[in-house]
Amino acid sequence: MGKIFVEVIAKFTKDGGKVPLSVTWEDGRQFDIDKVTDVRRAASLKAGGQGMRYKCRINGKETYIWLEEDKWFVEGKA
Amino acid sequence: MSRVILHSDLNNFYASVECLYNPEIRDSPVAVCGSQSTRHGIVLAKNRIAKEFGVKAGDAVWEARSKCPGLIVVRPNYMQYLRFSMLVRKIYENYTNLIEAFGIDENWLDVTESIELFGSGEKIADELRKRIQYELGVTASVGVSFNKVFAKLGSDMKKPDATTVITEENYRQKVWSLPAADMIYVGPSTRRKLTDIGICTIGDLACAPPKFLEKHFGQWGRTLWIFANGYDESPVIKLDFQPGVKGVGNSLTTPHDLCTNNDVKILTYVLADSVAERLRRHHLKGRTVQVYIRSCDLSFVERQGQFSHYTCTSSEIAEKSMEIFLNSWDWSKTIRTLGVRVTGVVTADSCGQLSFFDDEKRIRREQLENSIDNIRTRFGHYSVQRAMLLRSNGLNANPVEENVIHPVSFFR
Repeated sequence: MGKIFVEVIAKFTKDGGKVPLSVTWEDGRQFDIDKVTDVRRAASLKAGGQGMRYKCRINGKETYIWLEEDKWFVEGKA
Repeated sequence: MSRVILHSDLNNFYASVECLYNPEIRDSPVAVCGSQSTRHGIVLAKNRIAKEFGVKAGDAVWEARSKCPGLIVVRPNYMQYLRFSMLVRKIYENYTNLIEAFGIDENWLDVTESIELFGSGEKIADELRKRIQYELGVTASVGVSFNKVFAKLGSDMKKPDATTVITEENYRQKVWSLPAADMIYVGPSTRRKLTDIGICTIGDLACAPPKFLEKHFGQWGRTLWIFANGYDESPVIKLDFQPGVKGVGNSLTTPHDLCTNNDVKILTYVLADSVAERLRRHHLKGRTVQVYIRSCDLSFVERQGQFSHYTCTSSEIAEKSMEIFLNSWDWSKTIRTLGVRVTGVVTADSCGQLSFFDDEKRIRREQLENSIDNIRTRFGHYSVQRAMLLRSNGLNANPVEENVIHPVSFFR
């Protein structure tokens, strides 16, 4: 539950954007991100934070990863 | 064509940011308070639940706790609030470049030229609120009107997360029945004076003859009358407009009351150091020094003195401040807050009257203090200090970084 900071490998694009390529969960499992389908600024009431929110497809499932200042976080499972 | 002005006010701003970041306290009464140990222990902001218990901004922490036993008290995090304030401003910039900040959590927006693109003032206001909530997780109340005064009134009328529209057609019904004290710049003292002459509501104020108000309040009376009638024409000042600096000052409320000249001397040097550093940072020099002294019973005096030349060195400012202080304080009471301010500023490259005798000394002192600034930039404020501050008894501080204030005025 709550805010879980995660490790992310990201690509820095020529125009200054950042694209997450893979994410490492807190239990150590690493997942490749197949596609980023949406990027927008959004708050997470569940995790308690706000930042650029990346909607990512991982193994066919949609999930959100936030970049808040220079840290990445995800919402913990309830 | 009349203007379309929005006033956007972030609801319970500090408390909302704290509640966003700490979901576990979100459903409890929360107050953001200064530190009690340094005697800044008053309520700066409270959430909606604490408000229902009657907790008010400005209450002492013990007072707030007695009104609301389960109150959760958190310390402020100004950097976070500034970050949010900037993010909100970025949202506003999507709609207009005419944005005027009023404190950290309030802004006026002139969207007169934007309604062709985005729809009516009300539509823009609703969109702003939606975006602020979605993107930042806090809420705002927005007032929409044809002048800044009514727009601000509107944002106060319905909270949280609401839009209030005050038009040229409906302002008499919506605004005139409100108490005069709801209007900007009617504080407790003006309110008392207004009540004395039988004026209780904004409508009373609007319908009073301006000559009558002038008789009681001077020029100010006419201004209030203009505000109440919706005749205010003050513009929303452009984003890139920086009003000229009139003075640089710092004040500190100390962890314990000051009771000796030596205490005051230490604090004076701390404050003068900060003021001088800020003057130099902005390439300014000043000629007038003002000293503000607030005693333990919260009454205060302000005294000032002048240099024969313009200066930006802390030693000169501190010496002058001490001189002013010694001439104006008899120690019948202890001191709670001390402030030092330099006004009458000019840019540092302005021509000044030279002196035959002590210019070389002054130049050397300036060079010395510039070097100290450089060292502090590289190694931190506390890397170089005056020896006297090492025995400062908890009075030492770095107001340049630790004391961010947002003084603002309606009249610029």
